[in-house]
Amino acid sequence: MVSAEDAAAAGATTASLFTPGKLPLAVAIIVTSGCIIAWMLQARAGAAMYLRRIPALDAVTNAVGRSTEMGRPVLFIAGIQDMDNIQTVAGITVLSHVAKTTAEYDATIEVPTSRSLVMEAAREAVRGSYQAAGRFDAYNADAIRYITDEQFGFVASVSGQMVREKPAACFYMGCFFAESLILAETGNSIGAIQIAGTAESSQLPFFVAACDYTLIGEEFMAASAYLSGAPDQIGSLKGQDAAKVIVATLILLGVVLATIAALNVPQSEAVSRVLESVKGALGS
Amino acid sequence: MMRIVAMAIASIAGLVMLLSPFFPDLESVGAQSSEIFNVIAAIAFILGAGSLVKVNLSRIGRRDAGWGYALVTLLCFAITLIVGLGKIGVPPNPQFAATPWAGEKDAAGSAFAWIYEFVLTPITSTMFALLAFYVASAAFRAFRAKNREAMLLLGTAFIVLLGRTFAGVWLTGGLPEWASGLRLENLSMFIMQVFNTAGNRAIIIGIALGVTATSLRILLGIDRSWMGAGGGSA
Repeated sequence: MVSAEDAAAAGATTASLFTPGKLPLAVAIIVTSGCIIAWMLQARAGAAMYLRRIPALDAVTNAVGRSTEMGRPVLFIAGIQDMDNIQTVAGITVLSHVAKTTAEYDATIEVPTSRSLVMEAAREAVRGSYQAAGRFDAYNADAIRYITDEQFGFVASVSGQMVREKPAACFYMGCFFAESLILAETGNSIGAIQIAGTAESSQLPFFVAACDYTLIGEEFMAASAYLSGAPDQIGSLKGQDAAKVIVATLILLGVVLATIAALNVPQSEAVSRVLESVKGALGS
Repeated sequence: MMRIVAMAIASIAGLVMLLSPFFPDLESVGAQSSEIFNVIAAIAFILGAGSLVKVNLSRIGRRDAGWGYALVTLLCFAITLIVGLGKIGVPPNPQFAATPWAGEKDAAGSAFAWIYEFVLTPITSTMFALLAFYVASAAFRAFRAKNREAMLLLGTAFIVLLGRTFAGVWLTGGLPEWASGLRLENLSMFIMQVFNTAGNRAIIIGIALGVTATSLRILLGIDRSWMGAGGGSA
């Protein structure tokens, strides 16, 4: 026989193992990750995957080629946040592809950073890319340098460098705030091809207005997979799309239920109760 | 071998950070991972400062374009470092009055606080103020009515801009109650709350899914391009 106290103690132990309020978030992560992994495995097994063209990423080669022809450097900025920000990591993954292209085209790449750790990560990425391209002799560690953690100090330094050296191509890939427009407008004034990518939705309009190409949110996150062309990475993008279909379906279902609840029909009360219980489960 | 170690550290640390919000037992491990990151970032700062000094010294040595700015940078770096480390002008700490240098480096009245308040803050405010002119020039280009979409953008921007100023109230405030939805301030609010919010949320949902996919690719070691090699893949 299990006593009430034992049952309560067992319940308390179970409760301490997992944070109950986070269950909906855990389910969402598991479903999303499941979709992505399933499509990755399908792609690895050889399933055909269609991927729409992303003009901003197709323009990378042209931008680097233009820099080579003009004898001017390529400027790459991986945002102003540290390596604990996923956008910075995504920016570094794009940098590795851009650096490989600059190595192949014999262009020079300049990477000013606003965090020391980002400088180290960027050096590793660029060094690896130059090695992969068989151009390790052309790798210059001093071209990837630390400026300052101070937001506007960094912008002042990079803007000055842009005006003096007039890079032919500017890449802004990472987390940006108010400095986004100052950088992009300076790049525009010197006639550089500009490709930007960020997941900061408040900065997207500035990049769209001032840059030639902009990777909007998820396109930026997909850039590394797109540029690599590796089947399993492309599969992850398809998995992401599948998760998006699920999210869209749930939103539509929510809209229909909310509409029924708002209408004065016999089912309204029951639907309202269902919606309230869902809201309660989601903790809103 | 180094790459495998780096990948293993990234995967394990990432997994712990992912699981820590869900399992109370892992919360402390997650917090520790953040502390380890801060320690590594502090060590990396020495490398950053070294890079700053090296690059600027070589620019001065080569007399590159703008080498004077490099000189100013190094001078400012040295002065701030000496003032900060030397705690120049720092008032004594009342708790440890007998101990020299016990006061906070940025306490009111210290030279470091003076540099921050009267040098750094005005300079950064000046850079921030430049943004207004950049917004104007970017808006001028973006709102040029060159095609149908640009005209739509221009019209929307015009409504939102007017609706958020007194001009909007002044221009359409006289509309009768039954047509109050057409008042510029109400139209502006409608555009921001319905169209703008809907578009923004769509972008945010896409970003959230993109972050999940990117994190998974890195955690599973499928995307190794952050370690270089131009898109190394498993």
